[in-house]
Amino acid sequence: MSEFLKISGRRIVLVLALIALWMLLSGYWNKATLVAFGAFSVAVTLWFSERAEIVDREGVPTSIFPRILTYMSWLLLEIGKANIIVAREVIRPQIKLAPKMIRVPADQPSDLTRTIFANSVTLTPGTVTVDVREDCLLIHALDEKLADVEGIAEMGAKCTRLESGRGA
Amino acid sequence: MELFADTLSWLLLLSGGAFVIIGAVGTLRFPDFYTRTHAAGVTDTLGADLVLLGMLLQAPDAMTAIKILLIFFFLIMTSPVATHSVAHAAYAGREAPLTGKLLLRQNVPLAPGAEDEGGAS
Repeated sequence: MSEFLKISGRRIVLVLALIALWMLLSGYWNKATLVAFGAFSVAVTLWFSERAEIVDREGVPTSIFPRILTYMSWLLLEIGKANIIVAREVIRPQIKLAPKMIRVPADQPSDLTRTIFANSVTLTPGTVTVDVREDCLLIHALDEKLADVEGIAEMGAKCTRLESGRGA
Repeated sequence: MELFADTLSWLLLLSGGAFVIIGAVGTLRFPDFYTRTHAAGVTDTLGADLVLLGMLLQAPDAMTAIKILLIFFFLIMTSPVATHSVAHAAYAGREAPLTGKLLLRQNVPLAPGAEDEGGAS
């Protein structure tokens, strides 16, 4: 049983997610023809992703659930706070910025968590990831007070913890 | 109860709209390319999120609400990728960012990883 889950667990998760998405988007569950077409499209999608060989730990990232949910709610709060700072800079009568390029160490073991980290930084207004390097991110910060290297590195540590216990 | 939901969604829609306008104004006012991407970021995070939240309160049934949540999800997944690719293209094209309080042009080095901190020229 565990052997079976190890081999096809991701496929089962993918199929369940696709069925859920189809159900949620269409809302039909009692019309046989439409449900059959839905099942067909799920099967075709599974076949395509199998052919493209993307049913792996990056294509179906089961390892970061459910921690990604708490991370995303934390991230949304951070986005709200940073937005207010940037909005205040915009409506200031005389623009007074001190932009800065900073390098933040990114020692995430896997590409998946590093991508999440880089995207979180970009999603937070006031910081945009300009370049992703082997061991660090090059980030453009709108102002001195947004160029908080420790704060961003802490966000990176949170991203690393999303996938704890799994090697690269 | 309905009045409460309506008032709340009006407030959310109006403040979301205000943030979208602030983002647009910032895109025009900020001095260089990189700072402008930050202003545009306000539009597609807090502006869009508040507008979607306001619409969520007006959703007639669960299906519509779920679709709005999916829009929110896909917006959050895709917008940083687009922003990063634009900013990275500018950096790869050696667009010099203005840095520091004096907004001096900081040259982009030809070899990656060779820039010195705050080295404005």
